[in-house]
Amino acid sequence: MKYKLATWATAALMAASPALADLVLPSLSFRTGPYAVGGIPLADGYADYFTMVNARDGGIGGVPVRILECETGYNTEKGVECYESTKGEGSLLYQPFSTGITYQLIPKVTADGIAMHTMGYGRTSAANGKVFSNIFNFPANYWDAASVAINYLLDQNGGDISGRKIALVYHNSAYGKEPIRTLEKLSEKYGFELSLLPVDHPGQEQKSQWLQIRRDKPDNVLMWGWGVMNQVAVQEAANIRYPMENFIGAWWSGAEADVIPAGAAANGYKALTMNGVGKEYPIYADIQKYVVDAGKAAGAGDQIGTVLYNRTIYAGFLAHMAILKAQEIHGVMDITQAMMVDGMENLEITNALMAEYGVAGMGPEFAVSCENHGGPGLGAVTQWDASAGVWNQISEFKMSDREIIEPLIEEDSMAFAAENNIDLRCN
Amino acid sequence: MFYREAGDFSTTYPQDSQTFPIKFDRWRYYAVLFVAIFIVPFMVNDYWVNSIFMPFLIYTIAAIGLNILVGYCGQVSLGTGGFMAVGAYACYKLMTSFPEVSMFIHVLLAGGITAMVGVLFGLPSLRIKGFYLAVATLAAQFFLVWLFNRVSWFYNYSASGQINAPERDTFGILITGPNTEAWATYMFCLIFTIFSAVMARNLTRGSVGRQWMAIRDMDIAAEIIGVNPLRAKLTAFAVSSFFVGISGALFFAVYLGAVEVGEVFGITKSFLVLFMIIIGGLGSIFGCFAGAAFLVLLPVLLKIIGVDWLGWPTDIVAHLNLVIVGGLIVVFLIAEPHGLAQLWRVAKEKLRLWPFPH
Repeated sequence: MKYKLATWATAALMAASPALADLVLPSLSFRTGPYAVGGIPLADGYADYFTMVNARDGGIGGVPVRILECETGYNTEKGVECYESTKGEGSLLYQPFSTGITYQLIPKVTADGIAMHTMGYGRTSAANGKVFSNIFNFPANYWDAASVAINYLLDQNGGDISGRKIALVYHNSAYGKEPIRTLEKLSEKYGFELSLLPVDHPGQEQKSQWLQIRRDKPDNVLMWGWGVMNQVAVQEAANIRYPMENFIGAWWSGAEADVIPAGAAANGYKALTMNGVGKEYPIYADIQKYVVDAGKAAGAGDQIGTVLYNRTIYAGFLAHMAILKAQEIHGVMDITQAMMVDGMENLEITNALMAEYGVAGMGPEFAVSCENHGGPGLGAVTQWDASAGVWNQISEFKMSDREIIEPLIEEDSMAFAAENNIDLRCN
Repeated sequence: MFYREAGDFSTTYPQDSQTFPIKFDRWRYYAVLFVAIFIVPFMVNDYWVNSIFMPFLIYTIAAIGLNILVGYCGQVSLGTGGFMAVGAYACYKLMTSFPEVSMFIHVLLAGGITAMVGVLFGLPSLRIKGFYLAVATLAAQFFLVWLFNRVSWFYNYSASGQINAPERDTFGILITGPNTEAWATYMFCLIFTIFSAVMARNLTRGSVGRQWMAIRDMDIAAEIIGVNPLRAKLTAFAVSSFFVGISGALFFAVYLGAVEVGEVFGITKSFLVLFMIIIGGLGSIFGCFAGAAFLVLLPVLLKIIGVDWLGWPTDIVAHLNLVIVGGLIVVFLIAEPHGLAQLWRVAKEKLRLWPFPH
């Protein structure tokens, strides 16, 4: 019983959209507000990738891609507004790049049958495809990140970190709280001491947390920060002369904008990553040719090649492959929302495929299945070189501790299923 | 001419003291109610309900609540966001503890719990007023948000600290969760909005409301003529928090479905609701509707004009939005410090005299 408003009103408000068939990809961007510093490169990369695909290949399978950008300001209410105003246009895949908005949208996209990809953020237990039918969070999630960070410290310290003090500085929101349970389990397993230091939204106020770090002198500091919080944290760490090489940020705390304000003092700061960094990928030649030189770059065009720009190039690549997969499965070029879910669920990324599309080595090989929407859980560590002004990858992509993470995912997703009376799929 | 009372004769006191004594006004009110109840639900889709009607109706309830406290009783409060959070978390705990109970009861109980919390934080109002009270309620705002973030019992020990509204119904119709029908959530919020507005209107016309207004206008004089300031102020806090709690519960359970307390019920929410009643008009129930409409609909309208029609970049429109809404607030307050409700009153006066102004 879904009643439509009188056509004139819808027509007046929704604006005239082109009648041509196209593949609609909404981009819930946040170019304003305290998280804009991360939102601008993310939005630019996603838009540029598909501008390039349209110019180079004439779309995907001959059907042009239309990016529908909607400004959320990282605000959940505006995110809901954006979702409602774009879903009617046949939007195929939502990527909100905000944990708060992800939590709003998980039930909504599931009810509406639309796919959502939350790459390395959002609800971690959505990796369990038996419960979350339309949510995908490959190639890795927060719990993998926490585990990869600890594994890296194990490597650094000859496999023994018992008795070491590790502090977690985190954004006091759903996003920042996600790794805590994993870190607690890992601290039981490896015997390190974990201290928790929350920083409230948006994150400019963290003087007292860093004074506490100066007093406690933890051996390592981990950080789950985002937006303006990262820059402040790196600056505060520099102010108390905390050794930067012992300070590791999550993969949302390791972009250029986070370290440049602190200048040379930020040299040696480390961060995790789930995708390759730098501009040494063949795809950048195409972006230069079809997007930058053609004057079609999104935003100010000054973000090309940055860490977060790379991340949405990678996200765009994955969405591209999923659309191709959906077209292949159903033999239809102008795919529907339901077909896109199938494309995501049967996605298979191989090295050959990445090489073919000019992103060789940008991410791991993996295959999505009905049960596993989370990918393999690989992460690497990068380090900031302040004099050269680049992030360098200093470790291989390594597996997280799945022994710890899988039971946690099982437990959390089953609790969600029980709460919401969801029948398990994939039987 | 268009709008007159000629021919309206009241022959009894109840007729004379009804809310809309002019016949034209009364009929317009019935017409609006008729359209809202019997026409809109059959025409709305998800977009209209989730982006326009629901925020408008829910913010109206919050504005009514705050207007009782600030507009009618003169107790400045910056704690609205915190009290809305109390409503939301109370509703969440009730929904998860008693899944079989109807959502109507949960929302009303959430309002009741918020009323109790409101009275608690209203106690300082007996000693302090004005700016000092604003700071005391500001403390409530920060304390409540901190509490809901800190104590995991409130969010049922979930890993992320978010609360999610499970599917709950009333009379067998789903009200919360993703599988709701647009008309059902709309009607649910509409019923609470009408109930709040009618109740607030009648409370403020009666002896309780007159006591509040006496306290607002001059508390010492009010005390001398026999108003008990303790009772008047605490009832104002209780009634105000009751409505704010209801709006918080609806905001969480029906509108958003998942809430992160620091972001959704932060200090900006308190300011937003305060702006609504200042722009709409302090001490006016119609002003609550006007203010909520102004601050909820204007950004959506500007976005549609800027992005969908003119095709401007989204960040420029978002920034222009701040500039335009901010500018309009300033202009409104200079041109009409008593808010949109006063503009409406003036317009009615003019229409009554037209075309023979004197």
